[in-house]
Amino acid sequence: MANTYIQIASVTVGSGGASTIDFSSIPATYTDLVIKLSARVTGTGTSANIGLKFNNIGTSFSGLYLGGNGSSAVSGSPVTELTIWTATYNDSTANTFGNAEIYIPNYASANYKSVSTDGVAENNATDGRDAFTATLWSNTAAINQITLTPQVGPGDFMQYSTATLYGIKKS
Amino acid sequence: MATTYEPIATTTLGSAAADITFSSISGTYTDLRLIFEGMAVSAGQDIYCQVNGDTGSNYSHTRLTGNGTAASSSRGSSLAFMRFSDGGSPQTTNTSVTKVDFMGYSNTTTYKTVINRADNSNRGTDAVVNLWRSTAAITSIKFYISSGNIASGATATLYGIKSA
Repeated sequence: MANTYIQIASVTVGSGGASTIDFSSIPATYTDLVIKLSARVTGTGTSANIGLKFNNIGTSFSGLYLGGNGSSAVSGSPVTELTIWTATYNDSTANTFGNAEIYIPNYASANYKSVSTDGVAENNATDGRDAFTATLWSNTAAINQITLTPQVGPGDFMQYSTATLYGIKKS
Repeated sequence: MATTYEPIATTTLGSAAADITFSSISGTYTDLRLIFEGMAVSAGQDIYCQVNGDTGSNYSHTRLTGNGTAASSSRGSSLAFMRFSDGGSPQTTNTSVTKVDFMGYSNTTTYKTVINRADNSNRGTDAVVNLWRSTAAITSIKFYISSGNIASGATATLYGIKSA
């Protein structure tokens, strides 16, 4: 039987950093998409959010999140940050990177697109975090481009941050 | 490289249905993953599951839920079903996404642990662990909602994952 969990593209950020990670020309031949992200970003803080754009559109997103910071659990509604606490800042413990899985079922359909994310940012300090998000992109276009952008001031992805896009076929 | 992630079966509902069932699941994989996306005919329903047709009080779960305002946790024991969702349940106007992992589903020596995430962008997000207190290999999965039907257009796909 065919292997149906297939790497479409992978990006590793070089020494100069990167303001975005972009996957373009995504074929419509899969059923679902998955992004595995390992990220550290410039700037300081507890943990960073990574924003999503589909087809270079950053609007029509809605959703909510559930997270924990080591002392309490919270739930809220992000407006523009569509993955929560999925990257470490540069003032975190050295060599630590946040991680996330972004799952997009039926990305090529003519329906609105649901997105499920799991993210963590652990740093051996007082404020490691993890979070889940449920997101809806109210757009019927097939997704053919995904752009990841740190949601912090001028923050950039730092060297060795990686993102890999996989396609999954149901048959 | 060995093939380690394979589709076993997929269903897209052409009309509303009470459940989606995968049967005659072979024991040749290490784990199973089920992906569901869809809506319910009526609002406020939770996602349930039974395996191998077991309707006895052999299931328990613990769940963590956020509804966009508050986080909470609760559990149930000696139930007749697994429960996959609370806030992340299917609604009539927003699709829900549910990702379920059946760990070591085919071994015949341990009870089966099932972990899942359920998301509904308008209602909530859940992380749940279920336990089925049986050492039998899982050979069928009935995926359904607490009351009423799953809406037309819902999709569910079962994948097998091999460790080698």
